[in-house]
Amino acid sequence: MKQEAAAKQIAPSASLRETWFSFLSQTLTIAGKDLRAEWRTKEALNASLAFSTVILVLFSFALDPNPEMLQEFSGGLLWLVFLFAGALVLNRSFAREMQNDCLDALLASPVPPAGLFLGKTLANYALLMTLEFLCLAEFGLLFNVRWLGAVGPLMLVMALGTWALTVVGTMFSALTVNLRLREVMLPVLVYPMMVPPMMAAMILTTDLLAGNALAGNMLWVRVLVGFDVIFTLLGVSLIDTVLVG
Amino acid sequence: MNALEIDAVWKYFGDFPALRDIGFKVTPGSVVALLGRNGAGKTTLLRILAGLAKPSKGSVKIHGSDVREEATRRRIGVLGHGISLYDELTATENLVLFGKLYGLDDAEKRAHQWLERTGLERVRDGLVREFSRGMRQRLAVARTFLHDPEVLLFDEPFTSLDDRAIAVLQSLITDAQSRGCTIVMSTHQLREAIELATHIALIRKGQLAYAGERRQEMLDDPAWLYRTFESESAS
Amino acid sequence: MRNRILLVLTGAFAVLITWNLKNILLNLPDEARQDAIFRILYFHAPAGMVALIGFGIGMAFSGVYLATKNLYWDTLAASTTEVSLMLGAINLVTGSIWGRQQWGVWWAWDARLTSMLVCWLIFAGYLMMRRAVEEPDTRARLSAVISVFGTVNAWFVYKVIEWTPRLQHPGPVLSFRTGGKIDHTLETPFYWMVLAYLLLGVILVMIRMRQESITREIDSLRRLAHA
Repeated sequence: MKQEAAAKQIAPSASLRETWFSFLSQTLTIAGKDLRAEWRTKEALNASLAFSTVILVLFSFALDPNPEMLQEFSGGLLWLVFLFAGALVLNRSFAREMQNDCLDALLASPVPPAGLFLGKTLANYALLMTLEFLCLAEFGLLFNVRWLGAVGPLMLVMALGTWALTVVGTMFSALTVNLRLREVMLPVLVYPMMVPPMMAAMILTTDLLAGNALAGNMLWVRVLVGFDVIFTLLGVSLIDTVLVG
Repeated sequence: MNALEIDAVWKYFGDFPALRDIGFKVTPGSVVALLGRNGAGKTTLLRILAGLAKPSKGSVKIHGSDVREEATRRRIGVLGHGISLYDELTATENLVLFGKLYGLDDAEKRAHQWLERTGLERVRDGLVREFSRGMRQRLAVARTFLHDPEVLLFDEPFTSLDDRAIAVLQSLITDAQSRGCTIVMSTHQLREAIELATHIALIRKGQLAYAGERRQEMLDDPAWLYRTFESESAS
Repeated sequence: MRNRILLVLTGAFAVLITWNLKNILLNLPDEARQDAIFRILYFHAPAGMVALIGFGIGMAFSGVYLATKNLYWDTLAASTTEVSLMLGAINLVTGSIWGRQQWGVWWAWDARLTSMLVCWLIFAGYLMMRRAVEEPDTRARLSAVISVFGTVNAWFVYKVIEWTPRLQHPGPVLSFRTGGKIDHTLETPFYWMVLAYLLLGVILVMIRMRQESITREIDSLRRLAHA
């Protein structure tokens, strides 16, 4: 009797585990697909890298940075570059599914829209983090900024801030996929919403690059974490509404 | 249990009713030809059947469950206007991808089987981007049948297929039907459709003008259907 | 029936605004530190408050649309957001004018105005997106999602900008809630103004709703004619 009851208890949670496992596996399949397709062509990556290099060079002309001034706005500058270059990657995210009507096939498949969303967000995240790391290296070279000393906390800030950008950007990529002027609408919608996490990330980055420890700015880290959690939840709940009419 | 149960389905685009009170049942093993002029609402209905759009009113059940449920979608295969394949992936990678999404444990094996069946074994490692149109269509057909769906939904499948692809598709449809699969196919090609079909559904301006078994008159003269029911509805 | 309500509300608004304007412009003494210009704050702050309330209400209406799929709620949400944008613009312009007088610059990047500017941009994007989508159901769905994202974001915007060190610089913003010992005569016109703006908001939304329903009727007649 007791064994039966125990067995019954195991069975439901096993099927819950199965559901989670299948969700995770589908999400990773989608992420893998996006990354593989991108790696084959490297279109978005190359374009974004080229674009960010150009922006960095233009900024150096526009601002004529000396070391003292650079202290003030290094974080701001860096995240602006990330934002602009990131828009290219994010725009393509759902746009690439429109070719050949792939989005319809994905939606007709058993993949839940939340899984599709998270899979794409993960893929975009990987692409953006790669891009940003390369940008950071470039930035260090061009502007003579030493960042290796703070690389740990810097990576943390980049990880949190990039997730914010990726989650909101992927969501709006799905939202604008059928719109006219999609390439313009995405930045117009996303950039104002990026003000809170970008402020936090910029302040943190500037401080870290100036040599201060992360511990003094935990408020901003909490802001980033809070934003990430809330908007990931919002994205996962609302993606179905956006994709299926 | 019916393979498909379409119950009082309405679809509004704003105030415009694209589908008005569509209701019919499809028994397992039927081949339904969904006919109608351009803009009648065939594609809209098919999209709702495939779970790509939600009806404004009414419900669609496939084998007793709502079409938006995961378990149900596993049993449906959809072939739309586009080929729904990724240009930057190889034929094998595309099929394995969809195999995994449909929860197949042996995705690679199935992919190879279907590449053989559609005559694409030789180009299995070629990028879809480099395929000819006929090859892309055959691969799309492979993708549709890959997970052995019990219900198949086709939106104008014979349009823009080359002869080889048509032959492959026709044999697959006949084979699927003999296995008891249910097929709903919207088409303009009256002759091919009516030959394969067991049942006909005619949609006129969003409404169901005729839904029932294929009759001999339709086989003899496909245009009979339009003449009879288009004018009946008009009066 | 609706016409009558509209008439009554408009009448109430007219009376209220006239009485309040008279009060603000004539009866109040000039404030010691700022002279006459401080009166503009009676237009500035309430507009901002009601605008933010409006954005929140818009999100609530969007939520109702998502639950019921009734397009009426989407139109209501859009109208409310439009009117809130207008009030937000009033807030920005009056704030800028006041800032010019007080600090000598048209835009001083102070916390409140900057926050309102960002929110304004978010919801202007909402309206822009609505222009880009023809189909009413799709438009409603997408708008609802942007509204939810935008309103939650607005909360973050206000908090984050409040905490940002650099933006706290420019002078003290006159606030009725800090330093509690505000004279009663100075405070009440503020609250009446809030009520006036709320009334104005409701009136404008009602007018907008009527405009929208007429447009939709024309559109559907047009479609029927074409079909």
